[in-house]
Amino acid sequence: MNAEELKDRLCAQYPDLCESLSIESGRATLVVAAQDLHACAADLKDMGFDFLEMLTALDWGDEFELVYLLRSHEMAVSMFAKCRVLRDAPRVASLVDVWPAANWHEREVFDLFGISFDGHPDLRRLLLPEDWSGHPLRKDYEDERIVRRPDYI
Amino acid sequence: MAIIDDLGASLEKLPGGGVALTTLDGFMGWSRSMSEWTYPLGTACCAMEYIASSFSRFDFDRHGSIPRSDPRHCDVMVVAGTITRKMAPVLKRLYEQMPDPKWVIAMGNCTVSGGIFYYDSYSVVRGIDEIVPVDIYLAGCPPRPEAFQDAVLQLRAKIKAHSIAPSNERPVRSTLPNADTPRKGEGIAEGGERS
Ligand code: SF4
Repeated sequence: MNAEELKDRLCAQYPDLCESLSIESGRATLVVAAQDLHACAADLKDMGFDFLEMLTALDWGDEFELVYLLRSHEMAVSMFAKCRVLRDAPRVASLVDVWPAANWHEREVFDLFGISFDGHPDLRRLLLPEDWSGHPLRKDYEDERIVRRPDYI
Repeated sequence: MAIIDDLGASLEKLPGGGVALTTLDGFMGWSRSMSEWTYPLGTACCAMEYIASSFSRFDFDRHGSIPRSDPRHCDVMVVAGTITRKMAPVLKRLYEQMPDPKWVIAMGNCTVSGGIFYYDSYSVVRGIDEIVPVDIYLAGCPPRPEAFQDAVLQLRAKIKAHSIAPSNERPVRSTLPNADTPRKGEGIAEGGERS
């Protein structure tokens, strides 16, 4: 399967996602709804995306955006799968059963953004000490020990 | 070291003990300063400079400063690299494991003040002197091996001046210019020689 066939197949499977799908220079972007995330991830793995390179998140104010970077070695295509969750209910399905590599990545995102992953086998903080409170990569994180950069720098 | 410290305290009280004490101080200071077993706590990029220093090009063995990987064998701790809040208790524990007398060199801006992580960082300790007492502050991001060499030599001067009797401490004059010393260029312009 090459990139064009991949696009056809994805469009056939997800007609309503077809518009948001773009494949340029071996790099595809797919925007998924949070409730479809797990099913979609399993499909993508079947299509040949056998490697989860990275998982991170962004804070957009009232929403968080999860970014999964997938790689297919066979098709030589990378894909960004993006998924938005509401800040008030930051929960998505865990993808550990699809790509085991997601385990520590999800722990890291949980640690720094406070997004919960349903079905994760061991959702603990990964980088910060266990007794830390708060999730420091959220834009509204407050900590009295932080020294803010003054304006003149 | 407890025996030596008691000896120092009791020698001071004896008549004529001061002479013996000074001689003993000189000997202790000389022998301690010539053999600094360093414990490298390399946590970030500064550790690369430390490693470069200890290899053959800069050859720190000639100062008698030999790195060992166990704090219980060492008397100088070189903290080279960023110390995060998660690492802070580890640093404290390693310091406590070192036998007395012990000294600490804070190598690099991160350990001096937090360095480039001073502002807006949620995770970095702003200077290891929040955790352990520091003898030599070595600025630089990272400091060059020559700067580290200077730090070792200054520490050596400090160790030499250290007395085994608690009340017999002598102050150490730093060889670094003070804040009110004219800078090199200005001094040359006025007096023709380095101030
Ligand atoms: S002072 Fe600079 S070189 Fe040294 S650990 Fe910090 S950031 Fe790295």
